[in-house]
Amino acid sequence: MRDVAVVSFAQAPNKRRELVRNEVEILMPVVREAIERSGIENKEIGFICSGSSDYLAGQPFSFVTSLDAAGAWPPVCESHVEMDGAWALYEAWVKLQIGELDSALIYCFGKSSMGDISEVLSLQLDPYYMGPLWPDQMSLAALQARLLLEKGQVSERDLAEVVARSRRNAKDNPNAQLSGDFEVEELLAEPMIASPLRKHDCAPISDGAAAVVLAADDLARSVCQRPAWIAGIDHRIEAHDLGVRDLTRSPSTALAAEKAGLARAPVEVAELYAPFSHQELILREAMGLGEGVKVNPSGGALSANPVMVAGLIRIGEAAERIKNGSASRAVAHATSGACLQQNMVCVLEGR
Amino acid sequence: MSKPVKSISSPIRLEYTYSAGEAPTRFLRGLAQKKIIGQRCPVTGKVYVPSAGASPTHGVPTVGEVEVSDKGIITTFCIVRIPAENLSVQAPFVAASVLLDGADIALFHVVDECPLEEARMGMRVQAVWVPDEELSPSLRSIKYFKPIDEPDADFESYKEHL
Amino acid sequence: MAELCGVVGIGQTKHDAKRIDVSTAGLVREAALRALEDAGCTWRDIDAVVLGKAPDMFEGVMMPELFLADALGAVGRPMLRVHTAGSVGGSTALVAASLIQAGVHQRVLTVAYEKQSEGNAMWALTIARPFSVAVVAGAGGYFAPLIRAYIRRSGAPEDTGIRVALKDRKNALKNPYTHIQIPDIDFDKIASSPMLWDPIRYLETCPSSDGACALVLASEEAAKKSPTPPAWIHAAEMRSEPTMFSGRDQVNPQAGRDCAASLYKKAGITHPRKELDVAEVYVPFSWFEPMWMENLGFAEEGVGWKMTYEGATAIDGDMPINCSGGVLSSNPIGASGMLRFAEASMQVRGQAGEHQVDGVRRALGHAYGGGSQYFAMWIVGSEKP
Repeated sequence: MRDVAVVSFAQAPNKRRELVRNEVEILMPVVREAIERSGIENKEIGFICSGSSDYLAGQPFSFVTSLDAAGAWPPVCESHVEMDGAWALYEAWVKLQIGELDSALIYCFGKSSMGDISEVLSLQLDPYYMGPLWPDQMSLAALQARLLLEKGQVSERDLAEVVARSRRNAKDNPNAQLSGDFEVEELLAEPMIASPLRKHDCAPISDGAAAVVLAADDLARSVCQRPAWIAGIDHRIEAHDLGVRDLTRSPSTALAAEKAGLARAPVEVAELYAPFSHQELILREAMGLGEGVKVNPSGGALSANPVMVAGLIRIGEAAERIKNGSASRAVAHATSGACLQQNMVCVLEGR
Repeated sequence: MSKPVKSISSPIRLEYTYSAGEAPTRFLRGLAQKKIIGQRCPVTGKVYVPSAGASPTHGVPTVGEVEVSDKGIITTFCIVRIPAENLSVQAPFVAASVLLDGADIALFHVVDECPLEEARMGMRVQAVWVPDEELSPSLRSIKYFKPIDEPDADFESYKEHL
Repeated sequence: MAELCGVVGIGQTKHDAKRIDVSTAGLVREAALRALEDAGCTWRDIDAVVLGKAPDMFEGVMMPELFLADALGAVGRPMLRVHTAGSVGGSTALVAASLIQAGVHQRVLTVAYEKQSEGNAMWALTIARPFSVAVVAGAGGYFAPLIRAYIRRSGAPEDTGIRVALKDRKNALKNPYTHIQIPDIDFDKIASSPMLWDPIRYLETCPSSDGACALVLASEEAAKKSPTPPAWIHAAEMRSEPTMFSGRDQVNPQAGRDCAASLYKKAGITHPRKELDVAEVYVPFSWFEPMWMENLGFAEEGVGWKMTYEGATAIDGDMPINCSGGVLSSNPIGASGMLRFAEASMQVRGQAGEHQVDGVRRALGHAYGGGSQYFAMWIVGSEKP
């Protein structure tokens, strides 16, 4: 396997609602920043891969105009996944492994505020059996949370602690949407929105964009003082039907973590894409993350959740901590589908 | 014995609130004042109408406000004969790429007041606006383009816009 | 450098206006099962699944890889979903191939599909960008003006498109999977069919189809376990350019030319028309054949139409194009690109039945999408590169 590293990362400030700018306008400065910070010229970048969703954008072929943000002239080698940018990064990583190209730009964007995000995400469900009932993500997550609580290993207090920790960490994140100091007691005093979940247990609605530049081998070493090397990356999907899975566990995360070599050495930092507080606990367990690991120093999805972007942001945030020297080994996680159906694990190292 | 279910009908309705974006907003507001406003690519100097905010070749923001004429030429066109629900015009009609004087890319619109067989590449056309009280920040402020009595443009002059 | 990758299994559905006999899961499995059988392997032998399809609006399902994971044996495996507009079937195959070429997996199942009858494709293709006005209905309205520009630039005879359509529709009769099969098709039938977007007539237009295509790709080692010799990938390439920019040549796009040039260089080809035996090219409207002949470098600029006129692109010509009947005969949009890649592979493996060309050693698969801006191509050969 070739050595590939994250050499730069940029994100738009996550907002509840970006009223003025369209997706391309939000994306442009983010892509520029990622390219400038990478130290690699725009025209030198070998491959471009983006992630976005038509249904999120409310129009078909929504990724087409986004290419304008990258300046695709002369013609570029470019691809797109209708998935979170984390999977676009995976496709780019694979491409670089082939050996013909040495760098890649990955970008993703999404304005969840434009439509009713619950309704939109309901369209991810089996169109014959589940879709017509229009169950929303929150209710489905609540079913999962209920199962977890019933198991007895996790309490409502534990969920509130995840929220308090996330919001507190987010205070240091200039791009976070929600941050602040909250007492567990005051959180528990809030009403439930979809029992057993309270509003703060659920990720906010966010508009955002992010971009990452990957570089291989010597190129990474020449442009970046401390590249965040991808030591391992893998993703797995589980069955779709909620009744078929044990929703209190995440075997696909565990398997992806194993394949990515997470357990080879301890990690100091973990950025986990948990749009619901109880999911952070499920993921920690699946990945075997001990007490000493700092989870979601960025505040995680509970502080900002631009759909189609939040996964790539986890990788970017983890990479930043490697690059700035505050961690030597980190793990990032991304998820897709209701109740953690599909999961990616990316292990990053400084050397 | 009941018949097996072969299909279900599952209507989907989603509502979205779109933001035009800064650059398109300028273009649309201009239309409400019967002005066609584009922006320039700072690198190549080309005038984009309408501008989406980015120069597609360079990925940088387009700048400024450049008013272009509401007259121009048809670079290419087709005659549409099939109706569709979302359209405001009746088929058959001419759909054309119109390169306005001062612009460097063509915009797509309808040509009317023109016998179908007379539609041709290079033909000079002008925008026909809706009555003042119907003007709005929308491309619908231009009802259609109609042919005007000016000589056709030479093929050489617009062939790079095809 | 890149690991070797071969196509060891190919499968497709019977394409039709409405495959009401199967659900989406049934549709994709029909193609996948055929590909697995052809590859002599089972679901268990697959390391990863790559799914491709065009806009989700066509079926009203967001991110369908999520609900199709079970049906495609992807549970416990990596699964990706590619979307690059019309070229998606091609780029999906390329993404799947890259997993093998990168040495990440040994055997990958890739499926591309569209079940357009479940949604309203015409509506989905006509939705105006917010704040713009939908001027034309359907993709043809977008491409017809470009075709007119090509006719003007090249001086091609007006009936060139009809000849392409006639050839493809006759070829379709030799392919049991095609959607549109018109046994008594002839020149007059096409010429007298309704004009949709001048100069494109009804019978010069692709249909809207339900269908799926699947490939099993394997590494050199894994390929040994498959009964039929693989179609080895000699070269693969993708190029994109922006939809609209000043001075853009939409008739002979640079991205297409660059993609082909890079492809030929990788395959060690200097005279494509001579060194390739057959090609499956994405022609959704008849006139795209002469245009792509030029874009692909099979003909000089301005004379691609002569290849059609001279019969060079006929099944018995020196560069047979779309012996399968092409996109004009079956167009499940998400799958159409992969079908081109699959048919090219079938030609190389001698699996094309009645529409097989003799002695094919190297074939080109081509897909394009968007406003003629996304290109995905591959060259496959009967021998290892």
